[in-house]
Amino acid sequence: MSWLNRIVPSIIRPEGAERKANVPEGLWRKCPKCDAALYRPELEKNQHVCPKCDHHMRITARKRLEAFLDRGTASELFAELEPVDRLKFKDSKKYKERLAAAQRDTGEKDALIAMRGNLTGVAVVAVAFEFNFMGGSMGSVVGEKFARAAELALRERMPLICFSASGGARMQEALFSLMQMAKTSAALERLKQAGIPYISVLTDPVYGGVSASLAMLGDLNVSEPFALCGFAGPRVIEQTVREKLPEGFQRAEFLLAHGTVDMIIHRHEMAEKLGGLLRKMTHQPAA
Amino acid sequence: MNLNFLDFEQPIADLEAKIEELRLVGNDSDVNLSDEISRLQEKSYKLTEQIFSNLSSWQVSQLSRHPMRPYTLDYINLMFDDFDELHGDRHFADDAAIVGGMARLEGRPVMVIGHQKGRDVKEKVRRNFGMPRPEGYRKALRLMEMAERFKMPILTFIDTPGAYPGIDAEERGQSEAIAFNLAVMSRLKTPIIATVIGEGGSGGALAIGVCDELMMLQYSTYSVISPEGCASILWKSATKAPEAAEAMGLTAGRLKELGLVDTLVPEPLGGAHRNPEQMVASLRTALLQALNKLDKKDTDALLERRYQRLMSYSSLQELG
Repeated sequence: MSWLNRIVPSIIRPEGAERKANVPEGLWRKCPKCDAALYRPELEKNQHVCPKCDHHMRITARKRLEAFLDRGTASELFAELEPVDRLKFKDSKKYKERLAAAQRDTGEKDALIAMRGNLTGVAVVAVAFEFNFMGGSMGSVVGEKFARAAELALRERMPLICFSASGGARMQEALFSLMQMAKTSAALERLKQAGIPYISVLTDPVYGGVSASLAMLGDLNVSEPFALCGFAGPRVIEQTVREKLPEGFQRAEFLLAHGTVDMIIHRHEMAEKLGGLLRKMTHQPAA
Repeated sequence: MNLNFLDFEQPIADLEAKIEELRLVGNDSDVNLSDEISRLQEKSYKLTEQIFSNLSSWQVSQLSRHPMRPYTLDYINLMFDDFDELHGDRHFADDAAIVGGMARLEGRPVMVIGHQKGRDVKEKVRRNFGMPRPEGYRKALRLMEMAERFKMPILTFIDTPGAYPGIDAEERGQSEAIAFNLAVMSRLKTPIIATVIGEGGSGGALAIGVCDELMMLQYSTYSVISPEGCASILWKSATKAPEAAEAMGLTAGRLKELGLVDTLVPEPLGGAHRNPEQMVASLRTALLQALNKLDKKDTDALLERRYQRLMSYSSLQELG
């Protein structure tokens, strides 16, 4: 994670790498926003939303999808895809080693998890970014898995929902990763032309190549409260324009005011709200 | 003559200076120095060949941003006839970092669109160093959709450090503008040929780069992030840019090997800026060949091929 701390601007770093040291691992966790000490099992039950201040903490892709889809209906898709280091990329560490470490730490093969299942009874394909896997960066596996999910949704005429959380493109895959932007966007355009709904849910944070492709292309773009999303990160912008960024810049509320997202939805209401929208979009009776 | 030599060209610059000096001496005296001059010219040519036969990725990166390198409007003026520039995105502004319009190539109407950098300080600022804002991408898309309606092929020229990272650009939806272009370009019913003529900087480049045929000039680069950006993130120091350039494999030759680029267009000795006319002639030939090839495909086949090409760009494996 250390490289990630360097690319991700300090305000969107995984909650308090420094602070964590003060709180013993185990039963208690500190809310990164209001500092309240939270009882972990309680927090889990609350889908990692702080019961004191309502802050939406990061959540793993699997937990996200399991909580989102109707109980007992989810099954994983395209789990067989694995990254390959065709460029033999090496900086201070080999890409191969970074991949191995991320796989060990997260138990995932790469940064996107895809599932099919029901949402308030509607059959859907849902994908979610695993931010703990190299900052949710989009390399070939993420792009390919996303495109396959979209193609499956097209073939079986199922709505597609994506929860993005990503620092952007994966530098270690260089131009391959850039091309995933075009790949995922092309697959989504086919869905759009076929009149199959795609909902993009922005969760903290979404930047760079992911923001400038699949995350902005929803029939509906929605956001969790307080999520950060933009093309360039705050630090890069500050360095470029040499002025202080306005309060709340690139937060969900800013995105809503600037016409980027349709609405902000609380994590606890996400399933019901999106289910209701999809039922209208696919002309099914209210649940 | 100031040709703006780069660091690694210094030995050539020294020789050229010597030749210039001899010329001046020769003009002022009765001594005939022409033999000596042509000997040195021969030497300079050989030296240039030698240096350019073995460039590092970082040296190519420097060439791709050479201040005298031909820009989009140079190609448009030298290669096309009857260019009419079209302005504005119809929503907010006309972004001078992207230029576009209708022109004729060997008599045939085409839509030409490209990033545009500035030559002098004032123009550099006006063109925002070739870094478009959302309205630039939206103008490009407007012209591309027009090309589809009027059955013109689209020729794009890529030369940008990247999309502009500014507050106003974010407020007006930089991400959305890029994403929308990627989506729509994947299905436009007209051939699209993209050529990287200088810097292919990330999403800001790709936003006019979804195509049926991707060409790169020999000393252009195409990458997901600038070498400096990559170095400062992964190596913690922008001075490691040469290493980052090497690791990312951003040169035309390397990308062709990886199957990400279709055609490498050779540049004149010393780079496009040493002989723009020759550069234009080879690029014109390459563009006409590509157009000819794409003309033979019916629209459905063209679009299916474009889609499948995008789907094929991967570095992954599938476990049985």
